[in-house]
Amino acid sequence: MIRETHLNLGIIALLIAIPAWALMADEPFIITLMTRAVVFALAAVGLNIALGLGGLVSLGHAVFFGIGGYAMGILAHHAQTYTPLTEWPFLLEGTKSMPVIWLTAIVASTFAALVIGILSLRTAGVYFIMITLAFGQMFFFFAISWSAYGGEDGLSIYVRNGFPGLNTLVPVQYFGLCLVILLAALFLNARLAKSPFGLALNAARQTPARVETVGLDPTRLKLVAFVISGAITGLAGALFADLNRFVSPTMFSWQLSGEIMIFVIIGGVGRLFGPVVGALVFVALEHLLGGLSEYWHIYLGILLLLIVLFGRGGIIGMLCGRERLHD
Amino acid sequence: MTFVLFAEQVLNGLQFGIMLFLMAAGLTLIFGVMGLINLAHGSLYMIGAFAAAAVAGATGSFLLALIAALAAAAAAGALVEIVVIRRLYDKDHLDQVLATFALILIFSEGTRWVFGSFPLFLNIPETLSGPVTLPGGIQYPLYRITLIVAGLLVAVGLGLLISRTRIGIQIRAGENDREMIAALGIDISRLYTLVFALGAALAGLAGALVGAIQSVQVGMGEPVLILAFVVIVIGGIGSIKGALIGSLLVGLTDTLGGVFLPQLFKLVMEPSAATNLGSSLASMAIYILMGAVLIWRPTGLFGARA
Amino acid sequence: MKTTLKALSTAAVAALAMTAGAAQAEVKVGMITTLSGGGAGLGIDVRDGFMLAIKQSGRTDIEVVIEDDQRKPDVAVQLADKMVQSEKVDVMTGIIWSNLAMAVVPSVTAQGKFYLSPNAGPSALAGRGCHENYFNVAWQNDNLHEAAGAYANSAGYGKSFILAPNYPAGKDALTGYKRFFEGDLAGELYTKLGQTDYAAEIAQIRASGADSVFFFLPGGMGIAFLKQYADSGVDLPVVGPAFSFDQGILQAVGGAALGVVNTSQWNKDIDNATNAAFVDSFQAEYGRLPSLYASQGFDTANLLISAVEKADVSDADAFRAALKAAEFDSTRGDFAFGDNHHPIQNIYAREVIQEGDVFTNKILGVALENHSDAYAGDCKM
Repeated sequence: MIRETHLNLGIIALLIAIPAWALMADEPFIITLMTRAVVFALAAVGLNIALGLGGLVSLGHAVFFGIGGYAMGILAHHAQTYTPLTEWPFLLEGTKSMPVIWLTAIVASTFAALVIGILSLRTAGVYFIMITLAFGQMFFFFAISWSAYGGEDGLSIYVRNGFPGLNTLVPVQYFGLCLVILLAALFLNARLAKSPFGLALNAARQTPARVETVGLDPTRLKLVAFVISGAITGLAGALFADLNRFVSPTMFSWQLSGEIMIFVIIGGVGRLFGPVVGALVFVALEHLLGGLSEYWHIYLGILLLLIVLFGRGGIIGMLCGRERLHD
Repeated sequence: MTFVLFAEQVLNGLQFGIMLFLMAAGLTLIFGVMGLINLAHGSLYMIGAFAAAAVAGATGSFLLALIAALAAAAAAGALVEIVVIRRLYDKDHLDQVLATFALILIFSEGTRWVFGSFPLFLNIPETLSGPVTLPGGIQYPLYRITLIVAGLLVAVGLGLLISRTRIGIQIRAGENDREMIAALGIDISRLYTLVFALGAALAGLAGALVGAIQSVQVGMGEPVLILAFVVIVIGGIGSIKGALIGSLLVGLTDTLGGVFLPQLFKLVMEPSAATNLGSSLASMAIYILMGAVLIWRPTGLFGARA
Repeated sequence: MKTTLKALSTAAVAALAMTAGAAQAEVKVGMITTLSGGGAGLGIDVRDGFMLAIKQSGRTDIEVVIEDDQRKPDVAVQLADKMVQSEKVDVMTGIIWSNLAMAVVPSVTAQGKFYLSPNAGPSALAGRGCHENYFNVAWQNDNLHEAAGAYANSAGYGKSFILAPNYPAGKDALTGYKRFFEGDLAGELYTKLGQTDYAAEIAQIRASGADSVFFFLPGGMGIAFLKQYADSGVDLPVVGPAFSFDQGILQAVGGAALGVVNTSQWNKDIDNATNAAFVDSFQAEYGRLPSLYASQGFDTANLLISAVEKADVSDADAFRAALKAAEFDSTRGDFAFGDNHHPIQNIYAREVIQEGDVFTNKILGVALENHSDAYAGDCKM
């Protein structure tokens, strides 16, 4: 068995080594693929906070991913067409600045997570899974028919948005940016898990009654976790949109919610680096299997099935053994 | 809007709802008895439709096609239960969601591998084609009336099965107390396989019946699956009665919403904007309905437990 | 089943043969198309048509790299990056859907690659967003709908009920029809994308007092609509674009489509030597009748070959001029590019007929002659 800390350090080393190798071997597409994996990982880190810490099985996290994406799409679209977002009550212009876009994405998805969380947390268990799925579908259908921003066609942004001091069009620079954000989110996640809030949340997930007796409201704890989770996934959505220079309603689709969940589960639910491992493995599989056969979804399905049936605790669980409760 | 048109739309909503019920009944039974969320239920619907299309194409008999659909879906259901699903009962919902999501991938691409990428042909039988005139001068397709009647018969049959037969007693016992029925010496794994196959057969039947008026193609199950989930969440998971009421509610909301919302907006807006907004809202209507029901009753209309 | 498997394996062999000749390849083509999941039939047809033309040309200096976009825009964007960054292709092609094309084409052409569209023709790329390196070999999206409107006039329809899904291509479709249709509208409906039950819409058609119906419902939606319409007892004449009456899905609609008039820029009975040879060789190679999409894939490849024969792809200006000249034998007969690099071509009205067991189309006449598109004027190149 490997120590989980050692494994995590190894993963970080890998995240740096692969793009560095690709840079030297002049394989820019590998860097693009790695960026995709890192952004997916960030989205899954978001979900992992709700899922792993809060025990909230959300099958609607694509909502936040999509909101983040559209925050980027709408702002950049207005900036690129030189039209204001709105002239009333005050003039609001579009922007091509990443920090502003990220902030917008975070604020918008925080708000959405708050509303969806308040409503959904009235339910629990399977109902929670289903109501989050339903919210996802609502946003999906709305985005498809929202003709002002391209409807099903989505929005194309011709040039990647800018970040002060960087040329984001160079694949490796954009990768670096995404990696730094991912590491920051992981750091936040680790701190959160050890904070009084994280401990209370953990207790609320396992025995809600006990938390209540000490005067904490388990639903409120879960709501906070859900909101933080949504905000991180929203930020990932903005990064994903910038990676592709494109947003469309598929970012809201329930299949995407499922995929984000797959990242978490493949890697290991509740494990700090679970989402990262899951996203890396998924993107690699997608790339390798896709080249093998037209019917590669079958193999992907079988593999997922095997992981669920026999791989307790995901890949990290298999490598590192059972999670120790008190580290 | 004339009365005839309104009545026709209500019938359409009913027919849609009844077909949803066939899907939802299986889902809710499986959840009620085994506590399992089955995302692959839509794949069983697809298997029913493909089996029906293949047999109808080979023999020309719609009745044989229906039997084939029932048999194929039930067999696929039983097989999947024995090979995969059985191992998921004591896992949490998360694992169930992922595993059955994986099954969707396998079934969809597997079907495409066997039948190719083009939709298959399945038509309604000659004797049931064309419209009939109902009292009040409503012209309505005979086949859709048949669907309503068939669906209601299945609902009644299912009700009788559960309330009157031995297997029904076991199912109800299983819903209430799983450990107890094992203690009573009932072969629980056989019961589970049976319930799963029954749910699968209902989905397969729905697939075949609906496939005749829609397109038999890969991926046809997923949109219906999501609607069926909405239905059982509204009705209360595990409740057959809830599934029936929920199906009709969803069927009517979806159909009538699509027709009347744009017209409603036309009263206050210019036509093209009204059509636009109305259609957008109509496509979200059932999800809004579901949200509203859950906020009012967090375990659905007839649900007992979460 | 057998035919599909055979078709797949032959295509794979063709692709393999192409890669085998990679050593001396001078032109590298990246094809991103939909080969898995729903809608795979269209991508497979485009690919098979394209590879057939390459094979028939006997050229070994054209290498084709084929990738599956799964009909997901983000995957398509990803693959386009791969084609440009890793494979270093010269020309790209293959995308079926407008929303995927909008995601991929602007960035590909901005990076100096050529893009030949074998299917999608969104209005944004025909008008203000046109690009000198973007060539559309199929049609501008509105074209077939415009032709349907023109046909409705000539058939004497005065009051149409029109419907399409509530998404951009659906709105373009109704706009295109209305642009040419001179009668009144009995009703205009947007349905849900992916909707499978049209009972409510059909009831509205029945009550509307229309004398004809125009619909654009691609794929499974069209199959469902036609079956339900045929069964409803409403017997108003129906017109639509070719997409719902194509060879691939016509067999699934069956008798419900018989007699329906649809508009298309191609049909297998267009009378010219290229087309006859194409239909025969496609059937011999893949064991099925070619579809509209297969013909578009075939024409796209032949356009490319004609340009490769005349100019070196590294000389972008010369290559572009060679493409623009479009000196190849099209399965459609006369074919030329307008100033915005979209086709100027005849669009035909055709009728669904039954030949033995097989449902197929027969040409009735020309609906629009040498037709360009409504956006060409906005294109500043």
